[in-house]
Amino acid sequence: MNLTLKIWRQKNKSDKGGFKDYKVSDVSKDMSFLEMLDVLNEQLSEKGEDPVHFDHDCREGICGMCSLYINGKPHGPLQTTTCQLHMRSFNDGETITIEPWRATAFPVMKDLVVDRSSFDRIMQAGGYVSVNTGGVPDANEIPIPKRIADEAFDAATCIGCGACVAACKNASAMLFTSAKISQLALLPQGQVERKERAERMIAQMDAEGFGACTNTGACSIECPKGISLTNIARMNREYFSAVVSSENV
Amino acid sequence: MSWVTKTLNSTLGKKLLMALTGLFLILFLVVHLAGNLQLLLPDEGESFNIYAQTMANNPIIRVVSIGNFAFILIHVIWSILLTRANKKARPVNYAVSKAGTNSTWASRNMGILGTVILLFLIIHLRGFWYEFKFGEIPTAVYDGVTYKNVFLIIAEAYSNIAYVAVYVVAMAFLAFHLSHGFASAFQTLGLNHVKYSPLIQKVGIGFAIIVPALFALIPIVMYIQSL
Repeated sequence: MNLTLKIWRQKNKSDKGGFKDYKVSDVSKDMSFLEMLDVLNEQLSEKGEDPVHFDHDCREGICGMCSLYINGKPHGPLQTTTCQLHMRSFNDGETITIEPWRATAFPVMKDLVVDRSSFDRIMQAGGYVSVNTGGVPDANEIPIPKRIADEAFDAATCIGCGACVAACKNASAMLFTSAKISQLALLPQGQVERKERAERMIAQMDAEGFGACTNTGACSIECPKGISLTNIARMNREYFSAVVSSENV
Repeated sequence: MSWVTKTLNSTLGKKLLMALTGLFLILFLVVHLAGNLQLLLPDEGESFNIYAQTMANNPIIRVVSIGNFAFILIHVIWSILLTRANKKARPVNYAVSKAGTNSTWASRNMGILGTVILLFLIIHLRGFWYEFKFGEIPTAVYDGVTYKNVFLIIAEAYSNIAYVAVYVVAMAFLAFHLSHGFASAFQTLGLNHVKYSPLIQKVGIGFAIIVPALFALIPIVMYIQSL
């Protein structure tokens, strides 16, 4: 395959940035999207040019590090992570536009790399449970119905990649935050900080400058892990019941 | 800031106000439509005129109507606050966006739809509500009681094809606004349930089609009657 890549290049946080066109030839259909970018970067390195910077780590679809807004969609045309996207999803001769996630709370650091530490700060605000130190607890000591365990696990599959923010017209982090609130609110272990968690994580989400939710559902459709909108409804319930009943005046 | 203002200033609090006022306005549409359909009764506007005056004189309805105006204002002002914050959350737009593959057009353009509906509301209130309250209106006498003959004003307005067109087009915008807004309000309130959500979605779409269609039917029928 021969491709034209239209890639966002930006020197640093304060640079204005702009698109630059690149040609890559002899791309195999079996390459992953990131391998295709590796090929481009080898070409650029050989020519002595600055390679295109992009985030990646496990390349197995589980770490949440890869990003990229490919041809108008986060993680490209399939509902998967960019590392699990293969070149067979594209056509020979195609022009592919590659942009970074766009959000105030995800500032572009260089080229396609954005700073997603705003997600870390939301987690630090309340995405934890109190666990006593000591001996290893017995398995299944606390009974949890299978249905509840599954629901909590579904929410916990969120890898924090930020595709929801990238897809949302408001750059809202509601799907991420709601998944993280849900996975703990559903389980007995999460009850200790339950109200405080909802209040603090949402306050942090707002402080980071993410937008509000219009319930378009784009986040859930584009989420590589298929996190459901029911989590956002649960987060709203958690938040509203927390603010009216907590002792945090 | 007290916990109340802090909550109402959060993104979720602002959305809560949008959902609650939106649901109230949806309820208002039903009442308004039920009253307006009397315009189509073959009695030269007698039942409508009596209904309009009875409503206007009822103290409970007057309180509700002040609330209704307040809710419209809150719905509009908070939508502006939210839209501004949302735009600030993404200062640089994507060069290529395929938003059409992951969400409906109406859900992404509630602001535009709402703005058109607001413009229509201004025309609508100026034409009828203002005239009824402050204008010179011919009277009609039923059973010895004198009523404002607001039916005549409406019938005259709806004999103008341009006026009818404005109403019909505005109702199309309302339909799209409701097609997203109805179910969205329930989701914002956290009312998402495996048993009820599919039903709410269906009722929302049905409501968005039937209510604006019936509203649009009134000027169309009255225009035909005026020919």
